[in-house]
Amino acid sequence: MHVVVCVKQVPDTEAPIRIRPDGQGVDESGLTFVMNYYDEHAVEEAIRIKERAGGTVTLIAAGPARAAEALRAGLAMGADQAIHIQDPALDGLDHLALARVLTAAIASVPYDLVLCGKLATDDNAAVIGPALAEFLDLPQATAVTRLELGDGTATAHREVEGGVEVLEISLPAVVTVERNINEPRYPSLPGIMRAKRTPITVKTIADLGVDLGGSGAARVRLLGLAPPPARPPGRMLEGEPAEVVRELVRLLREEARVL
Amino acid sequence: MSREVWILAEHAGGRPRKITYELLGKARALAEALGSRVTAVALGSGVGALAADLGAHGADRVLLGDAPALGQYTADAYTAALAPLVAAERPFLLLIGSTASGRDLAPRLAARLGAGIVTDCAAVDLDGEDVVATRPVMTRKALARVAFQADVLRIAVVLPHIFPPAAEDRARSYETVPVPVPVERGAARARVVDVTPVARESVPLTEADIIVSGGRGLRGPENFALLHRLADALGAAVGSSRPPVDSGWVPHDYEIGQTGKTVNPQLYIACGISGAPQHLAGMSGARCIVAINRDPQAPIFQVATYGIAGDLFQILPLLTEEVRRLKAAQQG
Repeated sequence: MHVVVCVKQVPDTEAPIRIRPDGQGVDESGLTFVMNYYDEHAVEEAIRIKERAGGTVTLIAAGPARAAEALRAGLAMGADQAIHIQDPALDGLDHLALARVLTAAIASVPYDLVLCGKLATDDNAAVIGPALAEFLDLPQATAVTRLELGDGTATAHREVEGGVEVLEISLPAVVTVERNINEPRYPSLPGIMRAKRTPITVKTIADLGVDLGGSGAARVRLLGLAPPPARPPGRMLEGEPAEVVRELVRLLREEARVL
Repeated sequence: MSREVWILAEHAGGRPRKITYELLGKARALAEALGSRVTAVALGSGVGALAADLGAHGADRVLLGDAPALGQYTADAYTAALAPLVAAERPFLLLIGSTASGRDLAPRLAARLGAGIVTDCAAVDLDGEDVVATRPVMTRKALARVAFQADVLRIAVVLPHIFPPAAEDRARSYETVPVPVPVERGAARARVVDVTPVARESVPLTEADIIVSGGRGLRGPENFALLHRLADALGAAVGSSRPPVDSGWVPHDYEIGQTGKTVNPQLYIACGISGAPQHLAGMSGARCIVAINRDPQAPIFQVATYGIAGDLFQILPLLTEEVRRLKAAQQG
């Protein structure tokens, strides 16, 4: 079973961010970047599949030079090889154009299954997975909490409103994973050493033979980032518990008008 | 391109879901500003009865794609049914709910149509001829304003429980148009084999007006009973931060935060939750936040409308009693 995992490097979600004065992004100085949280679960799932069924795990990331660290982290967990798409033109692409580029990279290696995190914690878009499925003409299962592989098929569990859906899909397929699908391992020391020695294949958009043509023009544009509106200052209620509770209910009813 | 605003009507048990009414409300406002009309697309098996509800809540036209193959949502079947309709009429804007199926479908549909797509929209507004969406990003530490390019098909995936639902008017006139559903060739490559209902949810978290939520401070799974009692008194849903899920006290579908659900209730009562950024990412859009925590320095108090630094094991039963008294008085 050959598994391809798309990974993204994102700012650490625990870190405070500073919005650039032009509003077109965040100030990266001093910011820690990590592999997207959900992608760690995708890498873990891929390695478990390899451990059970054999095959290979190939990581693909698109991004600036620093994104290689996310690939190294995945290699250290146990992935076999990594492709890093590095191109100044990546900056101007929207999600669908980026998915075209990733599609070409996926198609350049053997694959039975493509795994992604269910979303990236920086832009929250959750667009890449289904877009890859469309461009590769494959079935999809998104936000999967459990994945079982059979002979040419996979059974995926998904949380849907008010229930759990069990979806049977033929392989190859694109699957995006939820965080409770597994518990990602910590890289072992030998894994970290091996990751350092594993060459990462660097490719440009042109190397992949992608001609974005008209579809390369972004269909959406960022007008700007702004901090969320400040919440009005809150109020601490003090006193005996019974008294505080009475005051809280009164405020919820008369001031906030939510009861 | 037409000037129409379209919505995809999500439904369950033969009725539109709440999100559908919210989409209709937003679509009506936009269509009135554009001087155009609202089209609702309903896909499924035996969906004819939805038309009356959709018409009464603001649809001027209901496109019905009725076929057994659409009885269960799959990305393949829905994309095959919806893409040709959108491609043929090129509406000004298509609104889809940010639900399990909406998030699954919309990007695939956008990829097929070469459409512009903006997900997780907390606002969708007209700015002249531009459609501008606002969406939380970076663990809700920033809001991004995003504009669709002028000449593209626009698909906006809209967060639930933000837009007020459309008002009902059973006297509104509307038109119902059956649309052809493409027949899948060969065996389906994706099929739903089972849906197991989760019994606990009275109101889904994402649709709840009031949420009572617990964190590490609850100390054990048995103490979620305190939250359920308060929630019953309030008619609220129960959620959690991440530690109770990681500790196995409650299932993952309780989780609110970056790695769980995003909620926008009127009232959010955080009990024993410290307020890590990853939790705030899922709930700081709540209109009113009550925080109950032993540690007066807990970051949750920075977003709280009302804070109580105290022992939740003492406070929750008192609060439950006080709410019951209030409800009894309101009914009496």
